[in-house]
Amino acid sequence: MAATRTAARRAAERGSDRPHGRRRPARGAFALQVLGELLLTVGAIVVLFVVWQLWWTNVEADARQGAVVREFAQEIQAPAQPPATPAPTPPDYGPAPVPEGFANGDVIGVMYIPRFGENYTRPVLEGVGRDVLDTLGLGHYPMTTLPGAPGNFALAGHRQTHGAVLDNIDQLQPGDRIYLQTRDAYYTYVFRNSEIVLPTATDILLPVPHAANATPTESLLTLTTCHPRYGNQQRFIAYSVLDSWQPASAGPPAEIAARVAAAMGGS
Amino acid sequence: MYAWIFRHLPGPLWVRILTSALLIGGALVLLFQYLFPWINELTNVSSNTIGLILL
Repeated sequence: MAATRTAARRAAERGSDRPHGRRRPARGAFALQVLGELLLTVGAIVVLFVVWQLWWTNVEADARQGAVVREFAQEIQAPAQPPATPAPTPPDYGPAPVPEGFANGDVIGVMYIPRFGENYTRPVLEGVGRDVLDTLGLGHYPMTTLPGAPGNFALAGHRQTHGAVLDNIDQLQPGDRIYLQTRDAYYTYVFRNSEIVLPTATDILLPVPHAANATPTESLLTLTTCHPRYGNQQRFIAYSVLDSWQPASAGPPAEIAARVAAAMGGS
Repeated sequence: MYAWIFRHLPGPLWVRILTSALLIGGALVLLFQYLFPWINELTNVSSNTIGLILL
């Protein structure tokens, strides 16, 4: 008798937990619910794609680029220390050497741009395909000249995603120094000017930008990236001129000596 | 749909919560490692070069 009453109370409680019971919803309502959940899922995936582009590609690319710099550091000799008291007049080393023989994906060197931050150290590789630009770093347009030669050493890099190697390109001030370390030498470029062009403006890659058939007298470094930030409609172009160079045996230029030691000494 | 899946997962509640977390994590890995890079290649949305069509 008592057991039956308890069971009856339990049943009543269960009933009161779900005042409307578990009515099986109509088939149409269920389909509508599934559709709604699928649409919400699509929305979440779109948001996640933006998260992937603006965050995860940078995490991945930073790791890969750090690894490329470390490999490069292992390949070259430990950098010589710059002399404690620099010579009053910098020695003249003659014409700058021109490295050559790079296939797609080969490391040309490491770039240091103090304006972009204390630790800005990015690899420079041959080629401007996705394989290079999306993870490895700055890519060299293969049809342009290599550093040291008269003409236009042109590089491409991402602005916002995949390492965001050139995010701060609009912060460059005329006179800023940009350093390139190759296996044999340090090249010092000085930023001159910038412009914003359409993606079709291939004449900025000419030996003398915008001047077909002109004979180059300067060694230019041209950086190209997306413009505006988060956009893809234009390209931001930054021109720098080769100012000086020194052989690797002379050690890195004083401004980047600590940074080079940090980047190369880890090996 | 998701409620239906959750109801049909085996085990007690905490196992089902754990399984759900693993399923969501697996879906995220698939999206980040395969789907998004593929979409990125299709759309050209982050191309940054001059005069080149990246395929």
